[in-house]
Amino acid sequence: MRKYVFVATILTAAAPAFADRMPIPSDALPVFKAECGSCHLAFPPALLSAPDWRQIMGRLEKHYGDNATLDEATRRRIEDFLVANAGSGRRTEGAGAAGGVLPRLTFSNWFRHEHDEVPKGAWSDKRVGSAANCAACHTRAEAGSFSEREIRMPGGYRHERD
Amino acid sequence: MNRVIPLLLIAVCSASSAETPSQIGDSYAAIQGARFRATPARGAEFFTRKFSVSEKFPSCSTCHTENPMEAGRHAITGKTIKPLSPVANTERFTDPAKVEKWFRRNCKEVVGRECSADEKANFIAFLAGGR
Ligand code: HEC
Ligand code: HEC
Ligand code: HEC
Repeated sequence: MRKYVFVATILTAAAPAFADRMPIPSDALPVFKAECGSCHLAFPPALLSAPDWRQIMGRLEKHYGDNATLDEATRRRIEDFLVANAGSGRRTEGAGAAGGVLPRLTFSNWFRHEHDEVPKGAWSDKRVGSAANCAACHTRAEAGSFSEREIRMPGGYRHERD
Repeated sequence: MNRVIPLLLIAVCSASSAETPSQIGDSYAAIQGARFRATPARGAEFFTRKFSVSEKFPSCSTCHTENPMEAGRHAITGKTIKPLSPVANTERFTDPAKVEKWFRRNCKEVVGRECSADEKANFIAFLAGGR
């Protein structure tokens, strides 16, 4: 058990350096990828805080207008995984729930900042539909890669590379 | 090492629970009794019926499209959903627990209640027909 904790600590400490390229831990729990990746991308755990994930995992029957219920054993395993790999600080600020609404990583200051140059028309394009539809613009999002070179926005929208 | 063996056993056991779409359909049909015969046409009607319980997804075909041989799209998230027909997508209706999980979720959201065994059997018979 000790050893696990130790390894986990190293991984967490190393994460920020790679975070923009690899936000999904390569050793992510398969059941997380399968269960939380069926209706949308399995979102990188580091993009929300531990309390955010607990709140989401505690309300799967009313999940952003859908029903994402799981059996209790699976629910708990996924919650533990998310909490252990959760982010904090700048990356997750602003995502938190207000007025009983579930947290959204697409509300965080970090997300807004990374996307401040995305044209309005790109967000409202039918093929995008939602800011949470990462794969509509990030062609390798499924593989956990969000590099600028791999962005292709529908509708021919372009962004300035800096 | 002593951890690996139980894990392997679990892997083998869960692999052996793989079934065919007709086996899964039959197990729902069996609940209805020996004289029940699944009717693909009823499944087809159910697939496109507008229950309108949910504003965002009035019918199963809202996300799975009118043609289950084709890829669908989640009505809120926009994510592509692989074809639901096992003729177009051989992964479909091979894992009874997965099938039951999605019937439970989607029926509650779309129909407003759990689906009955005959509805499930008809639904699978329709999809397995590949049209
Ligand atoms: C049955 C479908 C379904 C499943 C399964 C599902 N979700 Fe969702 N999820 C949704 C929908 C619908 C939304 C809302 C998306 C939107 O508004 O664009 C959503 C949104 C989210 C968001 C907020 C995204 C944002 O806008 O920032 C998070 C976080 C999230 N889901 C986590 C999870 C986790 C963790 C799991 C696995 C336990 C999971 N989801 C499983 C349907 C699902
Ligand atoms: C409408 C298209 C679109 C959607 C949807 C979208 N992004 Fe982006 N994303 C972009 C663009 C364009 C940039 C580059 C923006 C810039 O340079 O200002 C970007 C930048 C990023 C970056 C920084 C990349 C780098 O190398 O600096 C990350 C990380 C990222 N997005 C993650 C996400 C995640 C996670 C989601 C889904 C929750 C998402 N994006 C949804 C278009 C999108
Ligand atoms: C909100 C969108 C949505 C609606 C509406 C919807 N589904 Fe689904 N359904 C999904 C998603 C997402 C999956 C899982 C996708 C995957 O495994 O690739 C799925 C999977 C399934 C499966 C699992 C099949 C298998 O073996 O993989 C069944 C059965 C199913 N749906 C039945 C239904 C029925 C019946 C209805 C209508 C009562 C319905 N669905 C309506 C989104 C939807």
